[in-house]
Amino acid sequence: MIIMEKKSDTVSRRTLLAGGLAGGFLLAFHLPAHAANEPVQPPDVTEGKFAPNAFIRIDEAGQTTLVMPQVEMGQGVYTAVAMILAEELDANFAQVMLEHAPPNDKLYGNPVFGLQVTGNSNSIRAWWEHLRNAGAVARAMLVQAAAQQWQVDPPSCTTANGEVIHKESGRKLAYGALAASASGQTPPKDVALKDPKDFVLIGQPLKRLDTPDKANGKAVYGIDAILPDMKFATVAACPVFGGKVGKVDDSAARKIPGVRKIVVLDDMVAVVGDHMWAAKKGLGALVIDWDEGPNARLSSKDIWQDLRAASEKDGVVAKSEGDIAKGLATGERLDASYELPFLAHAPMEPINATVRLKSDSCEIWTGTQVLTRVQSEAAKAAGLPVEKVTVNNHLLGGGFGRKLEPDMAVAAVRIAKQVDGPVKVVWTREEDIQHDVYRPVYRDTIAATLSDGKIVGWKYKVAGSAILARWLPPAFQKGIDIDAVDSAVDMPYDIPNFHVEYVRAEPPAVPTGFWRGVGPNNNVFAIESFMDELARKAGKDPVEFRRGMLGKNPRLLAALNLVAEKSGWGQPLAARVGRGVSIQPSFGSFIATVVEAEVDEQGEVHLHHVTSAVDTGIAVNPDTIMAQLEGGLIFGLTAALYGEITIDKGRVQQSNFHDYRMLRIDQTPKIEVHVIKSGEAPGGIGETGVTAGPPALRNAIYAATGVALRRLPIDRSLIAGKKA
Amino acid sequence: MATTLTINGEQRSFDAPADMPLLWVLRDILGMTGTKFGCGIAQCGACTVHIDGKPVRSCVLPVGAVRDRAVTTIEGVGSTPTGAKIQKAWLDLEVIQCGYCQSGQIMSATALLAATPHADDSDIDAAMAGNICRCGTYVRIRAAIKQAASGRQA
Repeated sequence: MIIMEKKSDTVSRRTLLAGGLAGGFLLAFHLPAHAANEPVQPPDVTEGKFAPNAFIRIDEAGQTTLVMPQVEMGQGVYTAVAMILAEELDANFAQVMLEHAPPNDKLYGNPVFGLQVTGNSNSIRAWWEHLRNAGAVARAMLVQAAAQQWQVDPPSCTTANGEVIHKESGRKLAYGALAASASGQTPPKDVALKDPKDFVLIGQPLKRLDTPDKANGKAVYGIDAILPDMKFATVAACPVFGGKVGKVDDSAARKIPGVRKIVVLDDMVAVVGDHMWAAKKGLGALVIDWDEGPNARLSSKDIWQDLRAASEKDGVVAKSEGDIAKGLATGERLDASYELPFLAHAPMEPINATVRLKSDSCEIWTGTQVLTRVQSEAAKAAGLPVEKVTVNNHLLGGGFGRKLEPDMAVAAVRIAKQVDGPVKVVWTREEDIQHDVYRPVYRDTIAATLSDGKIVGWKYKVAGSAILARWLPPAFQKGIDIDAVDSAVDMPYDIPNFHVEYVRAEPPAVPTGFWRGVGPNNNVFAIESFMDELARKAGKDPVEFRRGMLGKNPRLLAALNLVAEKSGWGQPLAARVGRGVSIQPSFGSFIATVVEAEVDEQGEVHLHHVTSAVDTGIAVNPDTIMAQLEGGLIFGLTAALYGEITIDKGRVQQSNFHDYRMLRIDQTPKIEVHVIKSGEAPGGIGETGVTAGPPALRNAIYAATGVALRRLPIDRSLIAGKKA
Repeated sequence: MATTLTINGEQRSFDAPADMPLLWVLRDILGMTGTKFGCGIAQCGACTVHIDGKPVRSCVLPVGAVRDRAVTTIEGVGSTPTGAKIQKAWLDLEVIQCGYCQSGQIMSATALLAATPHADDSDIDAAMAGNICRCGTYVRIRAAIKQAASGRQA
């Protein structure tokens, strides 16, 4: 694959196509002549092209360009979206080119959010019908155009690989040759979609379109934007949440070669230089007195004390079935509470934004999960109308929810106001970790009763931040954050008396946001951990215990049965080695996971083997499904083993990968993923491994040591020297 | 101060302070953005390049310390037989997700195989543990290195 380096409009298409076809695919970033690496949003030129909707462009040479409404941050969505469009369009998949969509909620707004958002594992779920329809309508118009030219009935024509075919007469027309006449056709109101048995692309483990350039250094992320005469900046925000800049002594910083400017804002300081090194050195040489403000004494201890107190209060009822008072008065009762820490996102690409601000316009280069929000918030910061702000999106070097926030673009615009010419603002890893929007602390309290080995009463209460109340206020209704109770209100088990409450508890000062796995990464952990404690109380095997309550959930039961078989569930293990299971019907996918792990004498945990079985409905690209689960499991297990952001004196104590640790290859278990064939509508996959891993690991430790951990990350001191 | 380095077989001259890490010379002065910034303290490996074929974290390597040694980056590693083999294995097994760390992963893996053509699991652990992948592609990284080492096709 080559990047489409459009030096000028005179570059011949032949050159580009020849290069592209050699690599198989093209990802079209249109680069202008004046900068080496300036990915300008391709203007959506539809003139002379067949452009039946916002997603498909076919020019007269037959080049098919697909515009991507969701952003690519590693989850493989560009390839999946292209497969869905090309499937119904019957395009020649080997020759499609992809373009990032520009900001436009009306054309590219996620059908679920009504905003141009990529998140919550819903790209394929939300777009599935829309994209199929878009492809099918375009195909129908091409067929109409050909049939008109040939004077035949449209139904007598077929399509394949970018051609309309009239079998009877042996005639064929390439889509490019029909581009002009198809544009004049009336789009059909109702168009038939393919029978899934006729899919030629969907369901195939096709090669991703974005990866060849990621293997040779050519892929362009937001942080790679280069503009002519660009300056580089890096920032220090007040280390205490909510604090301000007091006095700045910049006399030493100004003497550093390459330092061009010190920008002092009310809450942060930026040093602008000829390169990042000058900016970093300059920042290090500043002497800043911070006005730490009211949060200067805040600590994790206080935050937990507040959260525990809040979680003891009654919450808003999110769901209630049967008679919970009666249910909790029947049989043997078990109570527990589970606690989850603050987490930083730490995408490998630290947050960044490049801005060129002029008196009447603002242009931004970044990688974001919320294009239109970046545009509107940047417009506010720049004091310009929204239509004067251009946002050029890029491939994202990881998102995980961090890039659902526009703060990096807003800060970069504020800095750019004091800089002549374009400026690239890059956060150091330390600033990225210490000024994140954190996965909230949660506390979940559960009471349940058992009778005849089954659950008869279940009372579950989530206490934690209402991210939606800030992020999408209209979605926060009647005091319930539907994300915070996701997977708690729709548990898979048959429980006759069932009650879920939500307590909104905002931690003071610490900003909270979505983190890969979102609400379910809290709830699935608490629920599946408690299920193992209940199984033990009932004297049952954890898999057997779950099986007995999945009568209404055959897809999840099938996944559980498969994972039990594939993981060797029940087979003998060495001392201090345990297997743990977790199941979840989250994000429209049904997943069962078994982790096998060893706890050594010192309490260190060694991951041996992870097995997952997943029914995600129609798997658009089964290899991507497997990759997302493999990676998601690592992401979740990383958090379970190491993830915790703590606060002391109002500031985050962790700063980089030495104290905010990540799982590495030498600690990675064998991972086996089994994708169950299904004809159901596609489910989500990006978050699912994240939510599956931690409870299965916790339950493996429970089996290995007999210790019922109720807090993450795993506390080695509680399991050292323990043996079941 | 004018400095000349041999990068991917080409002589490149530029002005940079001697204490400036090679990472920022590559990215911000020479516009070679394939080498990535991840942590700045040699904890994540995203900035890995080769100096005379050995993997080095360019975020902590002062450019003045490179002298006459050959620098190879992700943009050039594909022209070495081992680098090409690694890149091919990476694509055959579809290792890459977001891709941001993969320049560094590929540079570390290439250096490993160039020095240890029949790398086993413990060689892989030792050579690759310095490279963090937040997307969690480790299982496929291991498989791809083994494929490249054995010459087996996917």
